Amino acid sequence: MASSKTITVEVDGVEYTDDVEPRLLLVQYLRERLGKTGTLIGCDTTNCGACTVHLDGVSVKSCTMLAVQAAGHKVTTIEGMSRDGKLAPLQEAFHQCHALQCGFCTPGMIMQSASLLTENPHPSEAEIRDGLEGNLCRCTGYQNIVAAVKSVADGTVYDDSGVSATADETETAGVK
Amino acid sequence: MIPSAFDYAAPSTVEEALGLLAAADAAGDDVKLLAGGQSLLPVMKLRLADPSMVVDLGRVAGLSGVTDDGDSLLIGAMTPHHVVATDPLIARHVPLLAQAAATVADPQVRHRGTFGGALVHADPAGDLPAPVLATGATFMIAGPGGQRTVDAADFFEGYFTTAVAEGEILTAIRVPKYTGWGSHYEKFTRVAQQWSIVAVAAQVRVEGGTIAEARIGLTNMASTPLRATAVEAALAGGAATADAIAAAAAHAAEGTDPASDLNGDAAYRAHLAQVLTKRAVLAAVGL
Repeated sequence: MASSKTITVEVDGVEYTDDVEPRLLLVQYLRERLGKTGTLIGCDTTNCGACTVHLDGVSVKSCTMLAVQAAGHKVTTIEGMSRDGKLAPLQEAFHQCHALQCGFCTPGMIMQSASLLTENPHPSEAEIRDGLEGNLCRCTGYQNIVAAVKSVADGTVYDDSGVSATADETETAGVK
Repeated sequence: MIPSAFDYAAPSTVEEALGLLAAADAAGDDVKLLAGGQSLLPVMKLRLADPSMVVDLGRVAGLSGVTDDGDSLLIGAMTPHHVVATDPLIARHVPLLAQAAATVADPQVRHRGTFGGALVHADPAGDLPAPVLATGATFMIAGPGGQRTVDAADFFEGYFTTAVAEGEILTAIRVPKYTGWGSHYEKFTRVAQQWSIVAVAAQVRVEGGTIAEARIGLTNMASTPLRATAVEAALAGGAATADAIAAAAAHAAEGTDPASDLNGDAAYRAHLAQVLTKRAVLAAVGL
């Protein structure tokens, strides 16, 4: 019987120490041990990108990595993208551009898009499509996904705090 | 999908890793080296491989990075594809490798997968073996008896098989500089992130309208990467014109032994090799 290993890993800004079997995949560790089910398992064969997370700031497929390999590193999942209750610009852009239908690919799409924009802050449409080649959307939503990423790169995504505040006031006014 | 259970060790030096390999071998363990894991972990999840021991090279210092070493570049075996694709030294001196590395799988896989791991894995459809063969690189291998070197021409021995023996570790690849040469990697696939159905790596040195020298590598035209020696001979000394290049490229399938599979039969691959060789050389000379 293979012996377990003790790992310490930072996930979404919180440090965790756990005993894990060497064969435990990072995606299973995130979902089943930490309860971070925002990261999804799609194909489980390194193709679809639904399980994409950041390892030390760059995108990786967490179904194709062992939890023990993440020891001592920083992992960011879709659940660590928002700040102070405010959606990250990419999350806001996916919402505004209707860049999802069923939503299954969305966490991976957003994590890969964030990695792409870190490496290339102003990608062309072709570069966005190339950058998302490892993420599959089966609702054929690529058009709006590309538009969402482009809107963040171009800085045309709305400031969500302003939008939601206005919406709240309107709703309140309507009730009165 | 979950791999079979295995023991795991993450050494911090090459010497420690070699010791672990020797001990595992003595204990009768079926041991595998883990580099980036982008080929090994999928086959372990499918249980096509079920090693009893995995030695992870991810924490060994000094195996990753690109250094300038006179007439050549030294590329650490654990250098990720993403780094090979974007490194300024490689872009300047061996742009063929940067271009080929950028076609491997997808960005996430290129962040984890490694140059040396892909070369030792030696998938006939992999995108790095043929370009590396075309550069005439030298492989630096550490083993129980010390360091030895193997020329690219002797490295790829067969289907998923290289000169790296049990108990040995590929540590670095020395690639000669081809500064000023024209190069191109032409890859044919049906869909994004697919393995090459066929691909061609071309490096040419043009002097005054004449191709002085050409080095051509073929991906997925046999169980190992191949040099298209007949094309190289036909190009050398000839004019850098579309007609001359097309005539030379017609030799691309000579001496090859491509497989037949659902992506295409052997005759289709033989045809593709000629078409892609013509495209690759035309692009390499700037036509």
